[in-house]
Amino acid sequence: MSILVNKSTRLLVQGITGSEGLFHTRQMVAYGTNVVSGVTPGKGGEWVDQKIPVFDSVKIAVEATGANTSIIFVPARFAADSIFEAADAGIPFIICITEGIPVSDMMRVRTYIDQLGVRLLGPNCPGLLTPGEAKVGIIPGDIAIPGNIGIVSRSGTLTYEVLYALKQVGMGSSTTVGIGGDPVNGTNHIDVLQMFEDDPHTDKVVMIGEIGGSDEEKAAEFIATKMTKPVVGFIAGQTAPAGKRMGHAGAIIEGGSGSAADKIRALEKAGVKMARHPEEIPGLLN
Amino acid sequence: MKLHEYQSKQIFARYGIPIPKGKVTAAASEAKEIAKELGGRVVIKAQVLVGGRGKAGGIKVAKDPDEAELFATQILSMEIKGLPVRKVLVDEAASIEQEIYLGITNDRAAKRPVIMASAAGGVEIEEVAKTDPDKIIKLHINPLLGIKDYQTRDIAAGIDLPREYWKQFGDILKALWQVYNDNDATLAEINPLVISKDKRLVALDGKMLIDDNALFRHSDLANVRDTDEDAPSEIEARKYGLTFIKLDGNIGCMVNGAGLAMASMDILKFFGGDPANFLDIGGGAGADKVAAAMRIILSDPNVKAILFNIFGGITRCDEVARGILTAIAEVQPKVPMVVRLVGTNAKEGRAMLANANMITAETLADAAQKAVAAAKGAQA
Repeated sequence: MSILVNKSTRLLVQGITGSEGLFHTRQMVAYGTNVVSGVTPGKGGEWVDQKIPVFDSVKIAVEATGANTSIIFVPARFAADSIFEAADAGIPFIICITEGIPVSDMMRVRTYIDQLGVRLLGPNCPGLLTPGEAKVGIIPGDIAIPGNIGIVSRSGTLTYEVLYALKQVGMGSSTTVGIGGDPVNGTNHIDVLQMFEDDPHTDKVVMIGEIGGSDEEKAAEFIATKMTKPVVGFIAGQTAPAGKRMGHAGAIIEGGSGSAADKIRALEKAGVKMARHPEEIPGLLN
Repeated sequence: MKLHEYQSKQIFARYGIPIPKGKVTAAASEAKEIAKELGGRVVIKAQVLVGGRGKAGGIKVAKDPDEAELFATQILSMEIKGLPVRKVLVDEAASIEQEIYLGITNDRAAKRPVIMASAAGGVEIEEVAKTDPDKIIKLHINPLLGIKDYQTRDIAAGIDLPREYWKQFGDILKALWQVYNDNDATLAEINPLVISKDKRLVALDGKMLIDDNALFRHSDLANVRDTDEDAPSEIEARKYGLTFIKLDGNIGCMVNGAGLAMASMDILKFFGGDPANFLDIGGGAGADKVAAAMRIILSDPNVKAILFNIFGGITRCDEVARGILTAIAEVQPKVPMVVRLVGTNAKEGRAMLANANMITAETLADAAQKAVAAAKGAQA
């Protein structure tokens, strides 16, 4: 079982005819995800692989195909507009894969969608995977098997590493959620931890954080006071120098805060078993 | 990216924020001429992209044009925290009654811009935050509404600014918001904003940080980027769309994905090694990019071994292997290399590298330990 996406997900792909959008649409369809339509302005009326209709706008696509979730693959300079469009069309859950969106755009987006009560995942994220049910994003489907472990992460490939290590020992995931590496994003660690706490099919949780911001410290407080399920954690960036952006726009130690050591200390204090490197995670879940 | 003080103040002036009369120059003789034009006492200020210029001797008050030339000569020959001073700003000296801090920055936690103000200006705001947090007033801005007049009054009242200055202050704060918003700044700071003896508010110093992700719509700013702070390898990497950060260790790292790249550095340290760099080749990197990345890693003479950790998703391991082979043929590296390929087309990639004289590894821990051993062996 799962959170956020499952067999009833009716997925719309914004930017479906771009190279990334098309490639990942095919991967998602191959996995069994129900992709009902796509949007590329100017290409309405076309079809992808003779199966998925393409529309000029999200509004028309929703009316025609009943999409209830949208995933965005459009380039960074247009991505904020795509999020606004999906939100205005009444899509309640939007996933934005795009990396490199200006932070000012994301602050406007967050303020707007919060007013509408729309949930956003990302941007700059790998999306989510409910093994055996739905793959909404770019997490390779074959590295994970169904199971009872919920995973929430700020990173992409590091998450794949963890899924792969779990699969090697026969452990599977209920849902894996990539919240993304940007400083201003939609869904955060705490939102997902709450969903895993409430999900009857998730028994244990893995939380993967990284340097920058204070999301992990807040999550630690949440885990200590609100969570009953065991949590195993890992924080990337223990060797990162201060003041340098480590690839992700949000991965930076600024003004002395956001270091890995601080986050690890806070999570350990909250009773989270901390892995020293990613391959220690399966052992700590036993 | 960071802007210099003079660049920030030029932008401020365009938006109507009062700044001192002054000019920037790279020549001490010109500093003398500027001082003559300004007539009287001037401040010579080093233009480098680091804090603590004053303490380092990079800011000096000159009483006449000759002294301006002397101080400019001294400051232009300085290095501050390792950065050469290439330009000085020559500003008319202000008569200061009071110093205020005023800044707008991104509040990650609140997901909104935040105004910060303090009556304790002139010192770094981080210092005030540590020693006297009550002296800082904060107010969030709704980015869809922009700043409102009442907010400028709330801030002015919050820092006990006398009412006679509220109008001037409000205009400056609204202009600072426009500066921040129009230029995709992540920080727009006036420190200090001074009340002069003739009862005017003037932005004596300015600092701006611009969001790198937004530079596509600010080519004017992107073109004036000062790269003195960056290692040459970092500048080279930027050309290829690679994120590279030079570190002090001796094990070069090439990884796809920022989180995994950090975790790979961490695990090297965990097993007693020391990473020479952070390098994320990004998703879907082709052979060209991989070859460029390898050249950049090997341009560091400290590098005694290289760890390749590739988890194929969008990135195809065979493409990466092709890049490694291209780079090996071109650069002919003498250092041992440990490679771990997992995921999309890993089998094909491994087969391609079978004859490349590389150490292979199955797990991340295995790869890290082999890289640490290889670096130590190469040192001996």
